[in-house]
Amino acid sequence: MSRKKELLSKVGLRLDGRRADELRRIRCKLGVFTQPDGSAYIEQGLTKVLAAVYGPHQVRSKQKAQHDTCIINTQFSMAVFSTNERKKRPRGDRKSTELSMHLQQALLAVIKTELYPWSQIDVYVEVLHADGGIYPACVNAATLAIIDAGIPIKEYVCACTASLGNNDVPMLDVSHQEEVIGGPTLTVAALPMSGKIVLMEMSQRFHLDHLPKVLDKALEGCKDIKAILDEAVKKHIQDIGSSTGWANTTS
Amino acid sequence: MSLCDAEKTFILHGVKENFRVDGRDREGYRPIELETNIVQHAFGSARLRLANTDVLVAVKLEIDVPFPERPFEGKLEFFVDCSANATPDFEGRGGETLAAELANILTSAYRSPQTFNLKKLCILKGRKCWKICVDILILECGGNLFDAVSLAVKAALHNSQIPLIKSINIDGDNIELNVSDSVFDCEKLDVANAPVMVTVCKIGDQCIVDPSLAEEQCSVGSVVVAISQEYFSTVTSIGKGSLHPRTMCNSLELGQKVGIRLNKAFMETLHNIQPDEDVGFLK
Repeated sequence: MSRKKELLSKVGLRLDGRRADELRRIRCKLGVFTQPDGSAYIEQGLTKVLAAVYGPHQVRSKQKAQHDTCIINTQFSMAVFSTNERKKRPRGDRKSTELSMHLQQALLAVIKTELYPWSQIDVYVEVLHADGGIYPACVNAATLAIIDAGIPIKEYVCACTASLGNNDVPMLDVSHQEEVIGGPTLTVAALPMSGKIVLMEMSQRFHLDHLPKVLDKALEGCKDIKAILDEAVKKHIQDIGSSTGWANTTS
Repeated sequence: MSLCDAEKTFILHGVKENFRVDGRDREGYRPIELETNIVQHAFGSARLRLANTDVLVAVKLEIDVPFPERPFEGKLEFFVDCSANATPDFEGRGGETLAAELANILTSAYRSPQTFNLKKLCILKGRKCWKICVDILILECGGNLFDAVSLAVKAALHNSQIPLIKSINIDGDNIELNVSDSVFDCEKLDVANAPVMVTVCKIGDQCIVDPSLAEEQCSVGSVVVAISQEYFSTVTSIGKGSLHPRTMCNSLELGQKVGIRLNKAFMETLHNIQPDEDVGFLK
């Protein structure tokens, strides 16, 4: 028996029983809270993330205000009970700072910032349960929260991870267990409709020959996620619109 | 949230006539929603929603060394995290003062041995004990945070299960603990005496309980009382403003009366809660 566990079994099933190109179950809801201008909750497998959006509002510190665009302020934080080992601090460590910067990068690419000069948009994400693919879940939750807040965006921004199993087969949506066992992880945040890549990050190494097919797989994942999010947004609009009666006019 | 004078007067008159802005009387609570066991890998958890106030509590267990002065007792620690999701003011280190205040009040409310029995958490005298880490995450503030937090903590502790230790092997300084293999070999914590906090808020000449965010703004002084059965375990005045000694006594009486009633209703709910009806945030 080999010492290293295989990521894919002989029949092509992964450790949690998925096929290589299958996403984990995604469930989401918009408008979970009343006080923020927009909020959303997303579950990707066991990874659970809450996002809240405040704004656009006046810039809090005057020096940062821009005359032609709005600034986007993001904060990533993880509940201390979100991981198996209890965390010491919910935020402020290097990993959370990096993740909030990456989140800001992804959102700057889609939000029509030029419409709100001298203003600021706050996006806060809170990880309640971490089980691999934290960054993608945060991006997807933030997208939903921004849509709930009614902030104009160019298109959806979705993120997804992909990996390479058995040195050959590209795998979609890596779970925590698979991250721990090893194998490279490619994180991609993309605009699925135009096919542009906003952010790409790779951990560990794999051969350049494999990169195109793993990247393709990840982009495909982003498209699938977009379809799921779109469905949720439509359902939400129908729910809140049904009270005024206009939801039924289109269908 | 800032209110103008007319709005404040409206709230004030409502309290005076025992008919508050949302239709409650002075001793009434807003609707409370409770779900337990929603954080899968915690030993116990609860989410409580008191109107707009949303609190998530998870309990984790660690093995630790008891304090030298109390070798027969385990440890109980509270950690409060004010998420920026609740209000942008909590961003960065903004929520830390409120978090520290909440954690301190909880610690002092649970300090008395009559409220919570720490002796059950001892594994081996002076050497090993359980440390219960109660992590509280504030997700939304809609007034009356203290009551919501205390109820959520109580529910999470009620939901918690401590694994049974089958045997202890001592070999010099090495201590080996054998935890039971079965997941169902667990002990429940006794929370019958765990304190329930009631915030009594003075508006005009009257005292009210469960103030909303708007009512908190009109208050001239408030007291938090922690009630364990019919005893006080902590009394603290919070926020700005001052109270006359006679008003203080009246508000303590009101707090006790409401606290006992609330505790009774809450314990009934805890016992009736069904395990698989919960859906978490997707509801």
